[in-house]
Amino acid sequence: MVVLALPDLTPHLPGIIFGLFTAFAVAGALIAATAPKIVHAAFGLMASFFGVAGLYFQLGADFVALAHIIIYVGGILVLLVFGVLLTGRTQALLGIEKGHKTTGAVLIGGLVFFGLMLAIAGTEWNAVEDPGDPKPTTAAIGRAFLDPDQYLIPFEVASVLLLAALVGAAYLARRRREA
Amino acid sequence: MQIWIDSIVARTEWLQGLPIGFLYTIGILVACGLILIFASLFAGEVVWMERRISGRMQARIGPNRVGPQGLIQFLADGIKLLSKEDIIPKSADKPIFLLAPVVVFMGAFTAFCVVPWGYGLVPADMNVGLFLVLSITSIEVVGLIMAGWASNSKWAILGAMREVAQVISYELPLGVAALAIVLLAGTMNMTDIVVQQEGWIWNWYIFRGPFAFAAFFIFFTAALADLKRAPFDLPEAESELVAGFHTEYTGFRFALFFVAEYCAMILFSLVTAVLFLGGWSPGFPVDLNGPWGRWIGFGVMFAKLTFLLFVMIWIRWSLPRFRVDKVMYLCYKVLLPLSIVCVIGIALQVLFANAFLGGSAFGDWLMGRAP
Repeated sequence: MVVLALPDLTPHLPGIIFGLFTAFAVAGALIAATAPKIVHAAFGLMASFFGVAGLYFQLGADFVALAHIIIYVGGILVLLVFGVLLTGRTQALLGIEKGHKTTGAVLIGGLVFFGLMLAIAGTEWNAVEDPGDPKPTTAAIGRAFLDPDQYLIPFEVASVLLLAALVGAAYLARRRREA
Repeated sequence: MQIWIDSIVARTEWLQGLPIGFLYTIGILVACGLILIFASLFAGEVVWMERRISGRMQARIGPNRVGPQGLIQFLADGIKLLSKEDIIPKSADKPIFLLAPVVVFMGAFTAFCVVPWGYGLVPADMNVGLFLVLSITSIEVVGLIMAGWASNSKWAILGAMREVAQVISYELPLGVAALAIVLLAGTMNMTDIVVQQEGWIWNWYIFRGPFAFAAFFIFFTAALADLKRAPFDLPEAESELVAGFHTEYTGFRFALFFVAEYCAMILFSLVTAVLFLGGWSPGFPVDLNGPWGRWIGFGVMFAKLTFLLFVMIWIRWSLPRFRVDKVMYLCYKVLLPLSIVCVIGIALQVLFANAFLGGSAFGDWLMGRAP
């Protein structure tokens, strides 16, 4: 009988997993911010999205995590890459383009970071000791969306906004008829 | 999954000294490994099935030399692919070129973890299982663009463009048809969806009213297009694009694309079986909760999987390829409106049954509840 003397990492497991997801998100974001080729930046963004989705999973928000993947990776990222590929600015694609507007970007990014840090420091967080097994979230989200006292009106306004965007896109993309 | 590991640990003495977190991690890795082995090997067998069936349909024999009836032909093919030279084109974007097959394979493979093979025979019994299948498979699209763009070849990029346009478009009717079944089931948990279809064959969701019946065909057609199977295989049209997005890939990387394609076929067959054809339920009332019943359920699921795969292969070798504009026409002007009609129809069906037939057996049947 072999007795393995393993260090018991069980209490640290959530921390280790959190670290992995965070590393993924931050590394992806760094690639997105610094990659010379714009396509590499887009795919770095994908890694970042995955890291963030993993963090949502760890918080027990499974629906939000999957919605994050299907919307950001499956939708917005694909659209972004398509846009990059179809605009035909090959210089930016190949990373030859000079003169990145670094100063302004750093300034705006720094301001946003500062604001976020202020907000984080100023919020009183509800610490949860042990969230236990993740509970079903979809039914609660659905009820909250359709409850007039909660989010019915924002939900409907968002739907109308999206519908308007859809109609507008179809109008712009349709074939022009000869007058 | 946790319950299984707990019960194994309770029965095995020498495991009890080990840290439980370590055991959970190992248990999940073992489960993932088992699925990975099963999916890859079975994908090989599906390739063999496809070649034999297509041979039969074209009045020839097909591969029958390696093993009984050619059953292990895929191993010979695999060894041949692995021993090929690994070529990376000089003008390719190397990191993305290397990463693309992995992303495609991940997209096709991850969703296997929520598919139930029998009562409790599921690695991750997630509350949003169906949604996970739909969202994880959308990662594949990103891998396709990566492959097409990084190859730096006109055929690869054209194939990838066609493919991405097609897959994104067909995700809409696919998702909406699945939504119809979610309305009927009242849950996205794959195990619960199957449990509500147990009993006689008319409890299967495909037979619960005309809208569910239509939703089955919409879902299956959209799945075929999502999988780039003929008649929707324009992205790989040999006569126009050589081989589409994987034109420049050789050896092991090509094998990854190939296996991912067949894994996705298996995945969508399994999901169709779970959503519409009663999953592991054989079509008559029988208790499958015992240790043996689970394996009978596994066999039933396997039979349904094989049947659906056969239908996919049958369609591929019977129908000619669509024209590119007809593919988009079918998606946006036929399947999408029809699937929306299905969702509204099923919503009305459930409301009607709830209001007028509540409590009766027929009402429960219309509402999609368990018998």
